Amino acid sequence: MQNNKKLILACIDGSRLSEAVCDYAVWLAQGVEGPLKLMYMIDHHPETATNVDLSGNIGVDSRDHLLEEITSSEHQRSKQRIQEGKAILQAARTRVVEDGFSDPIICLQHGSLIESLANVKEDIRILVIGARGKIHEDQPDKIGAKLESMIRSFHGHILVAYEAFKIPKRIMIAYDGSEASDKAIAMIADSPLYKGLSCHLVCVNKKDTAKSLIDNAADKLKTAGWSEIISAGLQGETVHELCEYQMEHQIDLTIMGAFSHTRLHDLLLGSFTTKMLINTKTPLLLLR
Amino acid sequence: MLLLSKKQDWFGNTRGDIMAGLVVALALIPEAIAFSIIAGVDPKVGLYASFCIAVVTAIVGGRPGMISAATGAMVLLMVTLVKDHGLQYLLATTLLTGVLQIVAGYLRLGSLMRFVSRSVVTGFVNALAILIFIAQLPELTNVTWHVYAMTASGLGIIYLFPYLPVIGKSIPSPLVCIVVLTGIALMLKLDIRTVGDMGQLPDTLPVFLWPDVPFNLRTLEIILPYAVPLAMVGLLESLMTATIVDDLTDTESDKNRECKGQGIANIGAGLLGGMAGCAMIGQSVINIKSGGRGRLSTLLAGSFLLIMVVFLGDWIKQIPMAALVAVMIMVSIGTFSWGSVRDLKAHPLSSNVVMIMTVMVVVWTHNLALGVFVGVLLASLFFANKISHYMLVESEFDEENDVRTYRIVGQVFFSSADKFIAAFDFKEAVEKVVIDLSHAHFWDITAVSSLDKVVLKLRRQGADVELIGLNEASSTIIDSFAIHDKPDEIEKIMGGH
Repeated sequence: MQNNKKLILACIDGSRLSEAVCDYAVWLAQGVEGPLKLMYMIDHHPETATNVDLSGNIGVDSRDHLLEEITSSEHQRSKQRIQEGKAILQAARTRVVEDGFSDPIICLQHGSLIESLANVKEDIRILVIGARGKIHEDQPDKIGAKLESMIRSFHGHILVAYEAFKIPKRIMIAYDGSEASDKAIAMIADSPLYKGLSCHLVCVNKKDTAKSLIDNAADKLKTAGWSEIISAGLQGETVHELCEYQMEHQIDLTIMGAFSHTRLHDLLLGSFTTKMLINTKTPLLLLR
Repeated sequence: MLLLSKKQDWFGNTRGDIMAGLVVALALIPEAIAFSIIAGVDPKVGLYASFCIAVVTAIVGGRPGMISAATGAMVLLMVTLVKDHGLQYLLATTLLTGVLQIVAGYLRLGSLMRFVSRSVVTGFVNALAILIFIAQLPELTNVTWHVYAMTASGLGIIYLFPYLPVIGKSIPSPLVCIVVLTGIALMLKLDIRTVGDMGQLPDTLPVFLWPDVPFNLRTLEIILPYAVPLAMVGLLESLMTATIVDDLTDTESDKNRECKGQGIANIGAGLLGGMAGCAMIGQSVINIKSGGRGRLSTLLAGSFLLIMVVFLGDWIKQIPMAALVAVMIMVSIGTFSWGSVRDLKAHPLSSNVVMIMTVMVVVWTHNLALGVFVGVLLASLFFANKISHYMLVESEFDEENDVRTYRIVGQVFFSSADKFIAAFDFKEAVEKVVIDLSHAHFWDITAVSSLDKVVLKLRRQGADVELIGLNEASSTIIDSFAIHDKPDEIEKIMGGH
């Protein structure tokens, strides 16, 4: 995390969470003093048909007419969507500037977010997305249908915003001693972002091992110069305990490693990350 | 990973796919029945094939929304096989065709489609349309005037019904055509041919059968010469159709997966007692027009077809052939690229020749693979000829030093090699010849050996030859093939002089 040119990428969709996404992105960008890019994808859903003609016949030049017809109707629609996208990006830009970040990069593109995240070329430091899109806007207990595949398709750090922005003061690190979470600890220790925050290091495990695991991780953070470290070893069902802890200690941001198991493991046992995505009470920062 | 598909490929367009599937099934039945008759087998062979191929390609194919089933293009290749050896050998051939197509898929032969030029594709499509039309002629010869009247009014219904307000665009006009003509034939008790007269229709769901042929080399000798062109034509038409659907829907397809999918579908068809098939241009266009986009549309087209045929068999038997002929003429008209005829004047002669030759070879041989072969060959020759014009030899003479300099610009290869040699003046008596190749590109050994020839000839005339400016590409090919700098090799090539 030394390279300051790495982007903070905020994916917005014009839903209610977009403002929160902008705010978190600004917080991150200011923390690491990096550039910030606002991206809106115009998703065309080419798998759905818009023109339906059940007359079932084909005649002279049917193919050409059909192509012409589909093309011109899509032309109209795309033009309109570009306008919508521009308006949404403009609103986001205004928000970001109000938050104190002067010159975000603006990006309007065609295609689905999942595909573009899978083929992303730029060096992205942290991706910021909202947990819900327009469809589930009014259902705070739901997460977006594509959120999980979106996160899986992108191989970098992701911050998932759930509610309006709150400046993170108390962060919680979900630690389980795995390779992924050790990596997460190392990254947090290096990052300028969390300096001065009070940090709760939480491990849910069988009691005896939990203690030594946390002490180990806490030492690492302390050597990196952290002072306010509260460590806690919990017992019980992991997701439930973590979410309880979030509530109890008024955590503002939860940090954890994500999707460290194989697809097959997740298919059989259910993915811990997915469960956290659904149940968490704070924004999640997923590190890999 | 043939079974893995994105969820939206299946359920992204459910409503549109269900309706389109119904409409397409109606266009599949006439083609399956009509071409089964031409192949000389019972309609059930084509109908089972259409069901199986549509369902299997829906699952394993590489192009969601494309319709595959028993097709005319394939049937025309198997007529003599059925005549000489019977149905069981046809089923065995279908299996082998599938195996060959799967192999082609794994060898990634789909990428060879890039050699098939636009003109060849247009020629293929036009030839296909003409073949479909010609295939209807037996139903229209030696018949009473009733049949002509029925066919004409059928076409009238198909093309005029959609202009009716409200119902015009919500009821498929081919269905109206079939229902109305069947009603008229029944009411007037016309003595014209019906589907029932043409052979057995399916009365049960298909069952799994292994073709009843001896498993030996003799069988392979019989079926291989049929299976190879069948596999080729099947893949050609499928890949061309996939491109058409790609263009219409502005989406991508997986061509190599489509090759494997077609193979698996044909193996399935062979095992269920059906004949080989492939993607259909006309029906795929109907599917897109009717709002079909996903895999579900293809699956449902196949399923609806089987349901209709098995459960409405008694009614289907009553359908006059004239109604099916009308539907097939519609498919033929819709498949033909009329624009290509209008564009004849605007397009370059070489493209027109390629297109027309493709059509003529196909109509002559009834073999689309041969037509494409001839078309691709012609197109390549025309292209080689065109590129060979892009070579220029300039020369200048330096009197003071008695040096002649040749400057070669452009492409040197088999087609331009003679022109290259002819550009040198071997009669001129000079001390030194410089050949400047810095703007030339040597493509093949013909080019290299012609350079050798030139150098040797000039040396024999007493000139010292200097080659300069061989660019990177030319120098690699000259290094690997040239002989003029290896004295012992010179004797071999110049021995005859």
